[in-house]
Amino acid sequence: MSDPQKGPAAPPVVDPERVDPHEAAAAPRRRFDASAFVPTVVDSVLAVVLALVVGAVLIVFSTERVLGSLPYFFSYPWDFFRFAGEAVGDGYAALVNGSLGGADALTRTLNRAAPLICAGLGVSLAFRAGLFNIGAQGQMLVAGLAAGYVGFTWDLPTGLHALVALLAALVAGALWGGVIGLLKARTGAHEVITTIMLNNVARFVVLYFLGLEAFQRPNSDNKLSPPVDDSATFPAIGNLHLGIVLAVLAALVVWWLLERSTLGFEMRAVGANPDAARTAGMSVPRVYVTAMTLAGVLAGLAVTMTVLGQQNSVTDQVAGTVGFDAITVALLGRATPVGTVLAGLLFGALSAGGLSMQGAAGIAPELSQVLQALIVLFVAAPALVRGIFRIKGRGQGSSVEAKGWGG
Amino acid sequence: MELEIRGLTRRFGSFTANDGIDLTIRPGEIHCLLGENGAGKSTLMNMLYGLLDPSEGEILVDGEPVAFASPADAIAAGIGMVHQHFMLVPPFTVAENVMLGRERTRGLGVLDRKAASRLVRELSERYRLAVDPEALVEDLPVGVQQRVEIIKALANEAKVLILDEPTAVLTPQEIDELMGIMRELRAQGTSIIFITHKLREVRAVGDRISVIRRGKVVGTAEPTASEAELAEMMVGRSVQLVVDKAAAAVGEPVLEARNVTVIDPRGHQVVKDVSFVARAGEVLGIAGVQGNGQTELIKSLLGLVRPDAGEIWLDGRDISRHGPRQSLEDGIGYVPEDRSHDGYVGSFSVRENLVLDLFRSERFASGPALRLGAIEANARQRIEEFDIRTETMETPVSALSGGNQQKVVVAREFSRPLKVLIASQPTRGVDVGSIEFIHKRIVEERDKGTAVIIVSTELDEVFALSDRIAVMYDGRIVGTATPDIPREEIGLMMAGATDTDQAGATGATGAGTHGTGGGAA
Repeated sequence: MSDPQKGPAAPPVVDPERVDPHEAAAAPRRRFDASAFVPTVVDSVLAVVLALVVGAVLIVFSTERVLGSLPYFFSYPWDFFRFAGEAVGDGYAALVNGSLGGADALTRTLNRAAPLICAGLGVSLAFRAGLFNIGAQGQMLVAGLAAGYVGFTWDLPTGLHALVALLAALVAGALWGGVIGLLKARTGAHEVITTIMLNNVARFVVLYFLGLEAFQRPNSDNKLSPPVDDSATFPAIGNLHLGIVLAVLAALVVWWLLERSTLGFEMRAVGANPDAARTAGMSVPRVYVTAMTLAGVLAGLAVTMTVLGQQNSVTDQVAGTVGFDAITVALLGRATPVGTVLAGLLFGALSAGGLSMQGAAGIAPELSQVLQALIVLFVAAPALVRGIFRIKGRGQGSSVEAKGWGG
Repeated sequence: MELEIRGLTRRFGSFTANDGIDLTIRPGEIHCLLGENGAGKSTLMNMLYGLLDPSEGEILVDGEPVAFASPADAIAAGIGMVHQHFMLVPPFTVAENVMLGRERTRGLGVLDRKAASRLVRELSERYRLAVDPEALVEDLPVGVQQRVEIIKALANEAKVLILDEPTAVLTPQEIDELMGIMRELRAQGTSIIFITHKLREVRAVGDRISVIRRGKVVGTAEPTASEAELAEMMVGRSVQLVVDKAAAAVGEPVLEARNVTVIDPRGHQVVKDVSFVARAGEVLGIAGVQGNGQTELIKSLLGLVRPDAGEIWLDGRDISRHGPRQSLEDGIGYVPEDRSHDGYVGSFSVRENLVLDLFRSERFASGPALRLGAIEANARQRIEEFDIRTETMETPVSALSGGNQQKVVVAREFSRPLKVLIASQPTRGVDVGSIEFIHKRIVEERDKGTAVIIVSTELDEVFALSDRIAVMYDGRIVGTATPDIPREEIGLMMAGATDTDQAGATGATGAGTHGTGGGAA
């Protein structure tokens, strides 16, 4: 903060030569503390419970039969409660059925969970290094383009083709993510800003390429690529493709990296206290670049589930909303690999079950999205959730929080 | 106004921070609250100021029980507080800071700055607190900023003023001025609660002294009590205030700073042309009031900050361009000034923090993988050796007491072979028992032939440990001396008096360009 009105005092000219890049990256005035957003296990579970409760209320008041019983509520209150109970029961039963009931439902859940888990792991990993990676979406888009290009242009034997396409996605994701880390390390540019900006850039890069002849599906006016060759698609049992296996493997690797490796030790230290990390001889910029590169790799892995697993062609919608849902998944999973897998499965189930809620119980499919949104809301506002459940906050802040929420 | 505290208790979970405290603050007295860090002084004051709810007990103002739900209630009841860390807005003027939160307007929401200035002027005349109401707070020296805080409290018509460790950031001369102000306030009927752990100050200014230990008032004393008596009450046993050490066996120069200059990001020269030599087997103490360049100087020694001019030599090699990792591997041990800021990672376990700068070594890592077994064995050994009081080795360091946190840092830095040990405020916020222990280890390290550099704002510590003392003021080493120099002279040097030829100190004055040999040892 320079103050021009101070007049004759020499302006604080800093010779750019002598600005230590370490200093610039590692010591912003007010550090944005990503770890402050990580909820506790209790917070996560309560957020889900609370979302289901609010969801139940929404079901009750959007079911016609229940609303119809309201005018005579005081004569026959039982009707209201019975209908409400049935509506909620049917609705959630359909949700469970549609996500867990039978092989088809399970397949759908797992296929949807796989990319969420991978992208969520990318967000979690960056989180642990103290970086708020909003850029999974952009990393996925660029990686999807790369995987698709290899998938529909190159001609390789089955299996090898899928592997090469997969690698292309990982490399593209790594580059797109690594740039963020590099910008942060070299210039101190905040990753939240740069990732959001690069998400947009990625979308237009994809649109640009889809407009080129090499990427355009023949006889189509839409921005749509040709389908990926069969030789490049993931092997599948029924409709269940390799994705979930890759996702679980990725979680194992990330766990090992964070908990058992020197690199993970460094990442966690930098994430928790960059000053102490630097004083202990760690290179904060290097950790930022590494963490964002790995986050990009994981986002790239996520997009292969759609490009090489399910959808088999590239559009600018190839990432769906997975890149953003990944942030919720990572937060709900407390930025741990195990938590991220569990949260990813939950979100996969919600999205798979949402459709059958409409079919079986006549509830708008948007309700499943509302549930996801409510979970986001409650994860983001732990004080609110804790207030509702009258749980005292952590440590010394308790009295203030308790006062604030009447606890 | 009379303030009475009856049976005040505050628990945090199973931990009792304050246990049935009884105190009476009479009108117009300076009541000293003496206790070690972590004794519960701050908890008590936070309850008095409405920041914490008491678990039990009551607070009475003029015999009437009161309950403070927030600081606003406490202020309304006539209690003012000057925090250790000032609550001022630096780019605002003094008058603006004073009216902050109780702005007076002249209709249409226009601030009445004149009224605020007038109020400041009135108060500063009445209590003899020389302050210019139009000055920007950021331009004022620390001592004057503190006065602004006091005026802020007085503007709220405080009858009881709480001063939380007010002398920690002041020069000896500023401390004297503050004491003058305190006496003036007392003369005009304001009561003062003076929180400190410095025995000298308590005896100089206090009317009554209450000593707090482990959350309890363990006794009251008169200001005539001797320092040894007070120390014993504070700690609960007799304390050895001097460090046992033999004469230093001074060896070869190990670390040498040659005309080191450091410019901070705002463009100020914070270290100016500093030169000194640290020799094997000798403790070099760097004394000075906080903020006179010591922090930046030792950061540049480790390589956390590159010197903008000058060189740093270790064992005959220029290490000025080395980063912290290389310096650590070269055998520099580093205990940072603010442990929670850069000494440990609070959310990491004791086990992990004990290898924070060692995890790369072959002992604790094979290839990319950590050797968990070795890391655990190390933790078990250090916890035992340094008597680190922790539930388990998996307890996060942030959950330990300040003294034990410091032991974690010290244990880590002492657990590898060192050529140079740089320790800044090695015993800040550490209980007296641990101070003795850490001092003993530092002397042992010296006797092993390590060059030791101690940076401390506590003169007692500098005198107790050093074989040679350098005093920093305004980024320069303004003089060097041996510990037999009278304290007052060091105090004068710390306050910027440059005439250092008294007492036979041979250190270079001012720029210290020839200070390479700069010691009397």
